[in-house]
Amino acid sequence: MEILVCVKKVPDPAENEIAVRRDGSDIDRDDLVYSVNEWDNYAVEEAIQLVEEHGGSVTVVSVGDEESDEIIRRELAMGADAGKLLDDEAFHYSDGRGVAAILAHAARQAQYDLILTGAQAEDAAAQVGGMLAAMLDLPYASLVVRVEVKEGDKLEIAREIDGGNLEINEIDLPCALSIQTGINEPRYVGIRGIRKTASVEVPVLGAAELGLDPGTVGRAGAKVRKLDYFVPELGQGAEILQGSREEIADQLIARLRGRGVIQ
Amino acid sequence: MLNKIDNALVPPAGTAILGMPMAYVYLLITCAGICLFAYILHKRLRPLLLAAPDPRLDRIGERIGKVARIWLGQWRQPRYLLAGIIHIFIFAGFIILGLRSLQLILMGFWQGASLPGLDGSTGAAYNLVKDYAATWVFVACIIAAVRRGVFRPARYQVPPSLGKDHLGEALLVLGLICALVVSESLFEASLQNAAARSGAAVSASPLTLLWAGRLILGGLGMPTLQAVNSLSYFSHEVVFFFFLCFLPLGKHFHVLTSLFNVFFMRLDRGKVKPVRNGVAEDQLDDLPEFGVSKLEDFTWKHILDFYTCADCGRCSDRCPANRVNRPLSPRFLTIKARDHVCAQYPLWGKTAGAEQELVGGIYSDDELWSCTTCGACEQECPLGIEYIDKIVDLRRGLVDLGRVPQSLQKPLGALEKRGNPWGKSQRNRADWAKALAEEFAVTIAGPKQPVETLYFVGSVSSYDERMQRIAQATARVLRHVGVKFGVLGKAENDGGHEVRRFGEESLFLALRDANTEAILNSGASRIVTADPHDYNALKNDYRGIPPVMHLSQLLSQELERGGLALEQGPYADKTVVYHDPCYLGRHNGLYDEPRRVIDAIPGIRRVEMEGNCRDRSFCCGGGGLALFYEPEEEQRIGVVRVSMAKQSGAQVIVTACPFCLANIEDALKIAGLDQKIEVIDLMELVEQHLPVARRAAAGG
Repeated sequence: MEILVCVKKVPDPAENEIAVRRDGSDIDRDDLVYSVNEWDNYAVEEAIQLVEEHGGSVTVVSVGDEESDEIIRRELAMGADAGKLLDDEAFHYSDGRGVAAILAHAARQAQYDLILTGAQAEDAAAQVGGMLAAMLDLPYASLVVRVEVKEGDKLEIAREIDGGNLEINEIDLPCALSIQTGINEPRYVGIRGIRKTASVEVPVLGAAELGLDPGTVGRAGAKVRKLDYFVPELGQGAEILQGSREEIADQLIARLRGRGVIQ
Repeated sequence: MLNKIDNALVPPAGTAILGMPMAYVYLLITCAGICLFAYILHKRLRPLLLAAPDPRLDRIGERIGKVARIWLGQWRQPRYLLAGIIHIFIFAGFIILGLRSLQLILMGFWQGASLPGLDGSTGAAYNLVKDYAATWVFVACIIAAVRRGVFRPARYQVPPSLGKDHLGEALLVLGLICALVVSESLFEASLQNAAARSGAAVSASPLTLLWAGRLILGGLGMPTLQAVNSLSYFSHEVVFFFFLCFLPLGKHFHVLTSLFNVFFMRLDRGKVKPVRNGVAEDQLDDLPEFGVSKLEDFTWKHILDFYTCADCGRCSDRCPANRVNRPLSPRFLTIKARDHVCAQYPLWGKTAGAEQELVGGIYSDDELWSCTTCGACEQECPLGIEYIDKIVDLRRGLVDLGRVPQSLQKPLGALEKRGNPWGKSQRNRADWAKALAEEFAVTIAGPKQPVETLYFVGSVSSYDERMQRIAQATARVLRHVGVKFGVLGKAENDGGHEVRRFGEESLFLALRDANTEAILNSGASRIVTADPHDYNALKNDYRGIPPVMHLSQLLSQELERGGLALEQGPYADKTVVYHDPCYLGRHNGLYDEPRRVIDAIPGIRRVEMEGNCRDRSFCCGGGGLALFYEPEEEQRIGVVRVSMAKQSGAQVIVTACPFCLANIEDALKIAGLDQKIEVIDLMELVEQHLPVARRAAAGG
């Protein structure tokens, strides 16, 4: 099974204290560290496990800048077979549709049976997976938490629906899936793993290599533009109970009783 | 006269059965026994030859010292008093009776065989000693058998998931030992009785097995005595060679391997073995794999450890992970490996070629992540078996395969990017010092602002809100004793102590290199720290940096030379107990310094957690990455520890490690003891009894 996984470099909220720039144009990026989007990491792990079981290869692709190279190498160290970096000045400030279009061009460069994206990115709008599937005219399922290969070029997939319940679907290959966290336990990649991929070449493809009209993507092609970032103002209504542990527990019980939550 | 005794009966080499001279039979048994033994040893040695290198021929003097103390002196045995004393008697008996057994074997085919030094008066003295040795061995074996078979100490139990009880083998071996000393005594008794009948004056030392044997055989005629003599000789011969060949098949291999295992044992505490002996750090990237994933990846010494384990269970008895039913028992870490070696390298038939993965095979992932590297197991083992290096090596193998628990991946990723496990910004690393701003400014050391003494703060004391108070207290105390110090600020990275011990060697090396550069840039000529994990890392894992001291050492020295005097304060009338942090105590031998500092507070009453203090201290649950790992366990390790503190009657637990403080503070809450017992770091305790603090308190 030939699998393409789309990954993205994001500022990791666990490792950054995110602050908005005074003018609201962006977050403050001076002291940020980046990592691979968590959902994408699960997608790559899922692809590697599918290939380990059923054969084939995993290609990782990322729309990004030269620093995204490290993200791709991290996924190579996990076990992906090849990586491509899609980087061109014309791609900058793409909206979701623009990113999907760039990825779609990369996907058309080879025959993939399965295209995986993360269900969303930590810094974005959970839109690329679906748009990419539509542009490639592929069947699509979102929030996938289980993938099983069935006979006759089909997958059985489980999707997470409300309340943690699962919805089981059958889907024809080739298809595109967006992967939810928790589908597997991604393997660890350390410095040594990344260093081992130093000799692997990660080609950088721009608009020309992808056969893409630069006017349709990037700032030029964007139909959605960011206007502002802001930190919400502190609201009213929160109350912190005071006293010893027992007193706090008693107050809490009294309030819950008062509202009829417990009898 | 000796000859008269020796010739009272036909000696074994002169007897014959159905016309066949028994000398040939005994020679045959001896040769066959030795050949079989050599064959078994050869099979057992093979995996050692295929295993990873491990240079252990350095510091011979120290090694001989270890042998003299731990092997010959049986130094660690009485830590478990009854079992230890029984063992000392049996061990001494073996040493003494080995010579006698050799003499007996030679007698079988060599009439008049005698060993140099075993005639004349030395021979008589030896005979006296060996008769008593045989007797005490017999008695000790009976006590041991009753203890194991009837009283069944919990330490020897085998969980059902790990196979059958080992009682059968233990009793069999005790039986074989008894058979050896009884047959030897009957052989001698029949000879003496026969000699006495011939009119020779012979006497057995009273209350020996020999003496009892002579009583039992009293009144028997010459032919019967001859029969008893020949039969007991034959029994001794057969049992001896059976026992010899049986030893390498199980836990009694230690009878043969212990001397070597102790000689080759680890000499340095607190250190971790390199990824692969003989491979320099800058060549590590060329290694296709890190750590241990299959049997032969272990070093030969580690496989010798597996052979040497006597199954005494002391390691697991002291293991905090085992105590709270985490899926780790050091005893079975070894025993499962020994069974695996024996299965992979069978005595008969082909060596199993399958390179079975150890983790996922005999070990589970959780088993290996459960270890806190507290070192209690190694402290206890009477045979010098090592555990930490093996666990670290197995973890390295898992890390290399990417098999790291999810709960550890986040902190490892953050350590890589931010130099601390929480992923906080490096810019905020010295924020703890802001609280001191009104009193004094803490120098950020660097090439432009060199300092003499560098205070290495450590990640947890830099970022954790509670532990920052330790850093603040440390700074105040340092200032009080007149030490001009600086910190590295954002140039400081996590010391990497647990990163290395959790098997992430490459990340450790990166952290170490970054810290080394920053330390050298600071111009410091000494380093001090209040964190035992950083202390151990800087002292034992780093190279080419100035010497490092734990604050308890520095304060102990200051007290001694009069540079520090503590006064009455809030804890002066309280009963306190000191909890030994593993990496201060067991791994670095600093037991007395922190106690000396506590005792310098006038009026304070210090008690001990008897039986669980000093080198028998019980881990708090582990530091560094261990704080992030979520093991399966019945209760927190720290909860067991605070129940020990409660028993000691203390109102305050004093520790000298931020991780201990964190774990014990949590444990007190979980155990519902937080209203009764308080925990405080040594630095905070000292800070509150500084003369200045008192004046300030009085003034304020």
